[in-house]
Amino acid sequence: MAADTIAHDMAKKQRDISIAEFFTKNRHLLGFDNKKKALMTTIKEGVDNALDACEEASILPEVNVEVIEMGEDRYKVIIEDNGPGIIKAQIPKIFAKLLYGSKFHKLSQSRGQQGIGISASVMYAQLTTGRPAKITSRIHPDEPANYYELHISTQTNKPSIDKEDTVEWNKEHGTRIELDLEASYSKGNQSIDEYLKETAITNPHVTIIYTNPKAEQLIFPRVTEQMPLKAKEIKPHPYGIELGILMSMLNSTTYTTLQAFLTNEFSRVGAGTAKLICENAALLTNTKPKKMSREMTEALLKGIKNTKIIAPPTDCISPIGAELLEKGLRKEINAELYTTVTRPPEVYRGNPFVVEAGIAYGGDQQGDSSARVMRFANRVPLLYQQGACAITRSIIQTSWRGYGLSQSSGALPYGPLTIVVHIASVWVPFTSESKEAIAHYPEIMKEIKLALQECGRKLASYIKKKKRVNDEFKKRSYIEKYIPHVASALQDLLSLKDSEAEKVKHVLKDSLEMKRGRLETFAVDNPEYDEELAKIGRTGQQEEAEADPVEKKDIKDKKTKQVKQTTLGDAHE
Amino acid sequence: MPMSNVLDEIKKIARDIYETILKKQLPTISMPIRSLKNVTYDRKNGYFELVGKLKERTLTATTIKTFAQTLKMMDLSKQLISEDDIATKREAYYVSKNWGEARFNEQPESDDVMDDIEAMMMVNREQIGFIPGEHGGAVAGALTVIDRDPDTGKDIRIDCTKMGSGAYSVPSSVEHLRFETDAKFVLAIETAGMFERLNKHKYWKKAQCIIISMGGVPTRATRRFLRKLNDENKLPVYVFCDGDFYGYFNIYRTLKVGSGNAAHINKYFCVPNAKYIGITPQDIIDYKLPTHPLKEVDIKRGKDALKNDPFVQDHKEWQKAIKVQTSMKVRAEQQALAKWGLNYVMEKYLPNKLKDQKTWLP
Repeated sequence: MAADTIAHDMAKKQRDISIAEFFTKNRHLLGFDNKKKALMTTIKEGVDNALDACEEASILPEVNVEVIEMGEDRYKVIIEDNGPGIIKAQIPKIFAKLLYGSKFHKLSQSRGQQGIGISASVMYAQLTTGRPAKITSRIHPDEPANYYELHISTQTNKPSIDKEDTVEWNKEHGTRIELDLEASYSKGNQSIDEYLKETAITNPHVTIIYTNPKAEQLIFPRVTEQMPLKAKEIKPHPYGIELGILMSMLNSTTYTTLQAFLTNEFSRVGAGTAKLICENAALLTNTKPKKMSREMTEALLKGIKNTKIIAPPTDCISPIGAELLEKGLRKEINAELYTTVTRPPEVYRGNPFVVEAGIAYGGDQQGDSSARVMRFANRVPLLYQQGACAITRSIIQTSWRGYGLSQSSGALPYGPLTIVVHIASVWVPFTSESKEAIAHYPEIMKEIKLALQECGRKLASYIKKKKRVNDEFKKRSYIEKYIPHVASALQDLLSLKDSEAEKVKHVLKDSLEMKRGRLETFAVDNPEYDEELAKIGRTGQQEEAEADPVEKKDIKDKKTKQVKQTTLGDAHE
Repeated sequence: MPMSNVLDEIKKIARDIYETILKKQLPTISMPIRSLKNVTYDRKNGYFELVGKLKERTLTATTIKTFAQTLKMMDLSKQLISEDDIATKREAYYVSKNWGEARFNEQPESDDVMDDIEAMMMVNREQIGFIPGEHGGAVAGALTVIDRDPDTGKDIRIDCTKMGSGAYSVPSSVEHLRFETDAKFVLAIETAGMFERLNKHKYWKKAQCIIISMGGVPTRATRRFLRKLNDENKLPVYVFCDGDFYGYFNIYRTLKVGSGNAAHINKYFCVPNAKYIGITPQDIIDYKLPTHPLKEVDIKRGKDALKNDPFVQDHKEWQKAIKVQTSMKVRAEQQALAKWGLNYVMEKYLPNKLKDQKTWLP
């Protein structure tokens, strides 16, 4: 028969797609849409990995990030951590093989999820500059530091080693990666500077030392020595499972009966529940998992849906905690009011999650603009696609007018405030692989709104209080404006001496203020306020050594504010 | 109250305030409440008397501006009295422009403070050096006013029959005036227009009377002037107003028994014996006068009078008049008589009214 059918023609064109080709065509999915974002994604993946590694090894992280301009649109990125290091044999695979990692196959709260991140950056660097990734890693002071120069074999998706050596390194343990890539650097919104600053806010146990291409060094010191609770790994909950995954789990399990498979591979499934699932699915409990057909698997999935199963354990989530979140906020934003909340754990599609929210109000923040929104997922700042994110949507859908802010319909609230929302989960549902926005799950949005409302109520009472104090200030200045007139009129009427008129002024001022002061004890009672404000000052002073002139000015402002506040406090005693 | 006593009183109030402040207390000034709610009417005395409800103004954050202004105004008054000078209400308002932040923004504010001081000290505003800006009434007819030359102190005689087409104008202070007259009554007229007509045709000669134009609500001086004519020369005072609630109560009632706003001086500044001979609701019917519909504010004014005015509450005739007119829903002006001819008012209306006391209102 003819070997020249259309099908034959088509077959000639069909071949393996190289990983490099796939990457080039889909770079936007991975966060390499443009040069600016490529730089951000590279640093983000590097820092995520460094922090995940340190936390898994219970080491207080200290991460050094350096970005050096090498030429036009060409930058060198160096990320160095004090983590546990990587054993020699694993180094090439971790950095030079896409989709290799430890995090995809388990359910636990971590920054990285898919095992694409850092190797994608290596791939990007290699495609844009042709230069290899330079890796140094040491696992123990007694062991040598291993040095590799690697690139990814784009045809086979396997690491290819250009150079291998042991080197002298001043770190006892840790990992350092150096990449040359095409990129562009800018300051401001969505910049590396902002990303690292926000990372410092949600990771108060982390110290980040950052040198930007302008050779300015910014240090974000840790504010707590307390490591976050180690995230526990959990088995999947039946409610969150999808057909394809269920099929592959059935195929790869070592258990020989459906009953054993259900009780051992899932969380919250005991013998009774397993039996009930099988009953609802019309399957025998001793069915061999490997023998399950697609139809039977579908029946099993239906059976799961029709069975009442208790929610997954939530102790596997490690939130930042309201207190530390506030500390982080205080570190970065000089505000008058901080309020933070950690919600109890909830579950969406079988995945436990925790929502935390915080508001920093007033102070140095600009009042004539929309609220600044800071979004975080598993402690990682989300800087892109704000509009598409469930967090933004939830903020917009919250009615802020009731809390004393102005808000147009369908818009963010308006005023001098920053809203922070953090979602921690064993599996954060991002809208894409580049992990920039969170999907609109109703369970998640409901929790976000509840958290925002809790903060909003505290905000409302503060705004009210502030208005009262402002009114009081106005009244007092009003009084002071007219006291001299009362005194001068009395002086003229009674031919008083100047000294007597002065006395009238002083006594009258005292009497009026004494009266008002008594009224005011309710209006201003924030004993913490001054104390906490002082803390900001201290943080400011530490920064002062390194900070650029603009920040120094801010510190000065902070100090003046403090003085004002103290005056107010005194007046009410 | 003699001038020197006024001066002492001002100083006494100021000293009380000063001493209270030195005692580390907040000073309070008190004055009668200036409203109809704080007066009673007794037909025997014939004028509104203060009940004595006081309003207290303690120096606080909200009152300190007014408090300062009151003291400043008292000081201005003290200067005026010591220097034997006067200031009009408008001038006093302009003087305040020197007071920095304590200045008045509008004249009604300064008038109000002035009225407060007057009431606080229970004196007439002329006694504390302030005079009204507006004109006194115009006078014509069988009257000779004996005034004094301010420089020489000699008598000046003013014959009100010899004012030509003009009229004698009531000065701001009338206490020193003396009168010589052979008139039989005084006719007080609401509008200048009607006064002009009666004066042009020398109605006062024919009726052997004195005519006075009040120009709306009569000034205190005009009220006092009428009172003196009534007291000293025993002349009856007849009032001729428009047939509406403004004419009845704002003008006639104020002239006869005084006002709630300056109740402390009513005793001297009213004419309890005055009678209303002007347009009444019954006149509107009897003379088939052309009318205008009553406005919302007119009806409200009538209702207020029934509810709050002690004078109306004491006179059934007035209550009936209000009810009749409210149900007619119309009002008529003095000039409406011109329907029957321009001089009908002199030839028929006034003679008829003067003859028949039953057509009057008390």
